[in-house]
Amino acid sequence: MADAIADTRRLYTKPQNLNDAYGPPSNFLEIDVSNPETVGVGRGRYTTYEVRLKTNLPIFKLKESSVRRRYSDFEWLRAELERESKVVVPPLPGKALFRQLPFRGDDGIFDDSFIEERRQGLEQFLNKVAGHPLAQNERCLHMFLQDEIVDKNYTPSKIRQA
Amino acid sequence: MSFFSFGQSAEIDVVLNDAETRKKVEHKTEDGKKDKYFLFYDGETVSGKVNVTLKNPGKRLEHHGIKIEFVGQIELYYDRGNHHEFVSLVKDLARPGEITQSQTFDFEFTHVEKPYESYTGQNVKLRYFLRATVIRRLNDINKELDIVVHTLSTYPELNSSIKMEVGIEDCLHIEFEYNKSKYHLKDVIVGKIYFLLVRIKIKHMEIDIIKRETTGTGPSVYHENDTIAKYEIMDGAPVRGESIPIRLFLAGYDLTPTMRDINKKFSVRYYLNLVLIDEEERRYFKQQVWGGKNKSEGPRGHPRAVFAEEAPALT
Repeated sequence: MADAIADTRRLYTKPQNLNDAYGPPSNFLEIDVSNPETVGVGRGRYTTYEVRLKTNLPIFKLKESSVRRRYSDFEWLRAELERESKVVVPPLPGKALFRQLPFRGDDGIFDDSFIEERRQGLEQFLNKVAGHPLAQNERCLHMFLQDEIVDKNYTPSKIRQA
Repeated sequence: MSFFSFGQSAEIDVVLNDAETRKKVEHKTEDGKKDKYFLFYDGETVSGKVNVTLKNPGKRLEHHGIKIEFVGQIELYYDRGNHHEFVSLVKDLARPGEITQSQTFDFEFTHVEKPYESYTGQNVKLRYFLRATVIRRLNDINKELDIVVHTLSTYPELNSSIKMEVGIEDCLHIEFEYNKSKYHLKDVIVGKIYFLLVRIKIKHMEIDIIKRETTGTGPSVYHENDTIAKYEIMDGAPVRGESIPIRLFLAGYDLTPTMRDINKKFSVRYYLNLVLIDEEERRYFKQQVWGGKNKSEGPRGHPRAVFAEEAPALT
């Protein structure tokens, strides 16, 4: 075999369309979990979070949406995804049952720093999950993110783009 | 080597006739070190001299024969007791008797067949060696000289490029192209990845070269995978219409030729993995079963689309 110098010139590439190069990217997806609000009175109190979504992905029906969800809704979503999809679902921030015991020095699960910690964990969870191509096919994810109310009696199904 | 110097002992030594002119090459030993050995090709004659040097001059050395063997064998590490010899030649240098002084014997193995390339791997070794032996009643005196064999192949006449579009429906479409389908050990992979649709948040992209050594047959087949190289070709998020070039110099990596079902004992194959990693560390990859290297082989059948975790395959 002769020691020929290999041809390492680049392969031919089509020049990129300037709209593609400088236009908005097709992968825009932003999810924020914010504005925690504690509703109800006494023992029936619970905290809801605003889940705001902005996207240009065609798989999402609404390009902008805002809903309010509580921790148990997130737990429901996680369980649905584990059962219905092949996704390895990331963990949620802790359930903090110990914080619900009486005779605590602080505000328990309504403590500001705890709510902030939980808010961050929920935001991380949603960003991880919503960007997953397989999770994006699940009806439960779209209902959680964009429907006013989470109907826990829904029929699980897969979403295909129109 | 005897610790008790009762009687006579000797040292035995094998020297090749063309030791001055023959090329030496580096070859990995079992413990990972690199040593230099004489290089031979199929059909070449192996000739030289066996020197028997008496330790105590004057005393005679009784023996049951002196011989030299040329052996090509496959050793499976988990089954060391059984060597599979695919080449075994022997020449008798001296009939049983005695030597009274140090002696030199000439030998020649003419046009020896060396069908396979020398290979030292994770679980199997294929080696060629000369072994000179002074046969004695209690303990033989012997010496081995390892050589390395390379197989030759010609440039393939037809070496077409590979071009393929793969992806995940509605999420990611790419077209990849490699300039050849058969590469040799000192070659350069020249290619490109063209993005047709990017709806996921990509963080970077790399090319991995995986070596798979397969030993054993039937139910006891064992595959050992080894990632030879991870070469990042893109850092950052691409958009539609972007082309990412690939230029990967193979000479920098520890590669061997593709070896298919050698003497029905083992195989060595290479895979080229294109891996995309997104912002959440999810891995998407396209595996190309790869032939090439010194042996003229092309990619096997249809390329498979495989996935690292649970995300959909690029098909």
